[in-house]
Amino acid sequence: MSTTLVVLIVLALGAAGYVLGRGRALREVNGDQRRLHSLPSYYGTNVAMKTVVPAMLLMGIWLLAQPLIVETSVRGDLQDEAERQNRSVSLMMSDVRRVANGLDVAVSQGVMTRERASNMRTEFTDVRERLGQAGVALGSDVTSAVLRAAQRYRAISGRADLLRTGVVLALALAGLAFGLRNSTAGYRARNVVESGIKILLILAACIAILTTIGIVLSLVFNTIEFFRLYPASEFFFSTTWSPSFGGGSELGIIPLLWGTLYISVIALIVAVPIGLFAAIYLSEYASKRTRAIAKPAIEILAGIPTIVYGLFALLTIGPLLLRVFGDQTVGWMDAGTAVMTAGLAMGIMLIPFVSSLSDDIINAVPQSMRDGSYGLGATQSETIRQVILPAALPGIVGAILLAASRAIGETMIVVLGAGAAARLSLNPFEAMTTVTAKIVSQLTGDSDFRSAEALVAFALGMTLFVVTLALNVAALYIVRKYREQYE
Amino acid sequence: MYDADQNRTENRVGQADIKIAAKNVQVYYGETHAIKDVSVDIEDRLVTAFIGPSGCGKSTFLRCLNRMNDTIPICRVEGDIHIDNEDIYDKRVDPVQLRAKVGMVFQKPNPFPKSIYDNVAYGPKIHGLAKNKSELDDIVERALRRGAIWDEVKDRLDAPGTGLSGGQQQRLCIARAVATEPEVLLMDEPCSALDPIATSQVEELIDELKQNYSVVIVTHSMQQAARVSQKTAFFHLGNLVEYDETEKIFTNPQDSRTESYITGRIG
Repeated sequence: MSTTLVVLIVLALGAAGYVLGRGRALREVNGDQRRLHSLPSYYGTNVAMKTVVPAMLLMGIWLLAQPLIVETSVRGDLQDEAERQNRSVSLMMSDVRRVANGLDVAVSQGVMTRERASNMRTEFTDVRERLGQAGVALGSDVTSAVLRAAQRYRAISGRADLLRTGVVLALALAGLAFGLRNSTAGYRARNVVESGIKILLILAACIAILTTIGIVLSLVFNTIEFFRLYPASEFFFSTTWSPSFGGGSELGIIPLLWGTLYISVIALIVAVPIGLFAAIYLSEYASKRTRAIAKPAIEILAGIPTIVYGLFALLTIGPLLLRVFGDQTVGWMDAGTAVMTAGLAMGIMLIPFVSSLSDDIINAVPQSMRDGSYGLGATQSETIRQVILPAALPGIVGAILLAASRAIGETMIVVLGAGAAARLSLNPFEAMTTVTAKIVSQLTGDSDFRSAEALVAFALGMTLFVVTLALNVAALYIVRKYREQYE
Repeated sequence: MYDADQNRTENRVGQADIKIAAKNVQVYYGETHAIKDVSVDIEDRLVTAFIGPSGCGKSTFLRCLNRMNDTIPICRVEGDIHIDNEDIYDKRVDPVQLRAKVGMVFQKPNPFPKSIYDNVAYGPKIHGLAKNKSELDDIVERALRRGAIWDEVKDRLDAPGTGLSGGQQQRLCIARAVATEPEVLLMDEPCSALDPIATSQVEELIDELKQNYSVVIVTHSMQQAARVSQKTAFFHLGNLVEYDETEKIFTNPQDSRTESYITGRIG
């Protein structure tokens, strides 16, 4: 029985449990629902929950655990054979899995009978050719040991599948019976459902946190792996970035960090004044109608995909800058791709971040501050400069730091706008590149995933992660520390 | 009734200086007619109290006197308000300068999130009242002394004004308002957020301030009006019902609505 079918049956049992549980509770009080502890739907939900949740949980865990257990038992048989052939067990295991899958496909397509798939011998049949007829391509000839292991693999999996289906369905039925038996008038179904919902929410939160931890761990382990292949001091202090997959590459992060910081600073120099002034206009000067139109219009900028900003940088900003600073005039710029091009595009991207957050923060400054200042005879700009901005400053700093961490993590604009040359230079009209852009170029294309040149991407990612994490922590700290200024 | 009232005040023009003269003032918030034809003469160097139930327009009228209502877009003011015989709603009058002359203290203490010193120095700085740092120091000290808070804060002028207690904050706000040397001080329920001890401190302060300023105070507390003011105006539903010597209002009111209010039957 396929897994999908089992899931459907369990869900159907759950639906039946809902109806039965609700009906049983109502029958118990002769249809007078005021005498029930909870609303009838809670009794139904209670039974459905007890039917579906344990069965599904068990099935999930089983599905995760079964391949591991089957593999360990098959792997024991392969141990001797692998030593004889001088091949690694894990490579042979992947052959076994492929053959086992192939046999499954062949059986389901009717090319082979079930018995034949289980009894076939390499001495009499060309397994590779037979499986080829079923559309399953194998890389090499199948040895008898692999075939036997694959057949054993199939046998154990088949028995486990059958057992799983039986146990899951039995558990679902047991849950249904248990839930139904509980559906009496005095049973606190509502409280049970409430705690069930709470557990569901806790699970969701746990998954989010565990995933984060998993991502960080994968970064950490791969980074450690990289530092085994390449000295950390070279990585952090070398000023040259020249990877070559043939060997002898220099992987210094400094030119990349320099490019990242340079582009981010230019982006912030563009975004912070424009965004902040726009926010001040919107929150202090604009009429309600202007604000209602202008604020969403600015926030549309935030919805544009960054690849579109990249195109804008490549096709519009770059040529424009080249015309102004290129060979025809001052000759500072050789090509359209440059730090300045990417910085300007990124700055435009960040404007809505700064303006929208700052606008909310300025609006949160109490009206009594403005009244107090106006009451002393201050003009509007004096009030903004000397009372409102200082009061809103912590929030604004937080907004700027958030924008900065966005800028540091940005990739597409850099790939298209800033070029690919890793360079340490002060000239903003030269092409440079950033950490993120290099992560992309190190991991794309055909390369040995275990080489230092590919693993460096994880070290770069880890560095970037630490930098942005530090920025976010600083932003949170500043916002928290000064939040209660006006209370 | 109302005319008789006005005659009486006009009769006294010779005896006392009229600081603020309001005639036929109407205020609209959008469609709502909030102040209906109010005329009142406020004298110099004494305390005038505005009393009345919530929503009767006393705060709105107070905010007309320094054009604070200009900051509310839907608010419209008609009629004449003269301060020292100058029409404050004249086009040539700059509301910013007017507010320097007519200081205001608000219901909730609203010190800026700055140091105590900077809170008080804020007004003198933006109006350029001090030539140098030592003059500014003098102005700040004088204002804090007049706000009766100098002794409590003189050792921590650099501490944030928001860290003071409620009563101290309100006295700081009063000091901040008097630092710009206003001629009129408007107080919008200055004690409503304070405990009784802080209230009595502020009331003492108001009593002292009247030697130099014309003080107008909006209050919910009739006892407070009786304690601090020399003249009282009773507002009801946007109308000025009665305006007279405080003693007379509380002992011998002319209008039945005033009597009902001060005896606690309405309001």
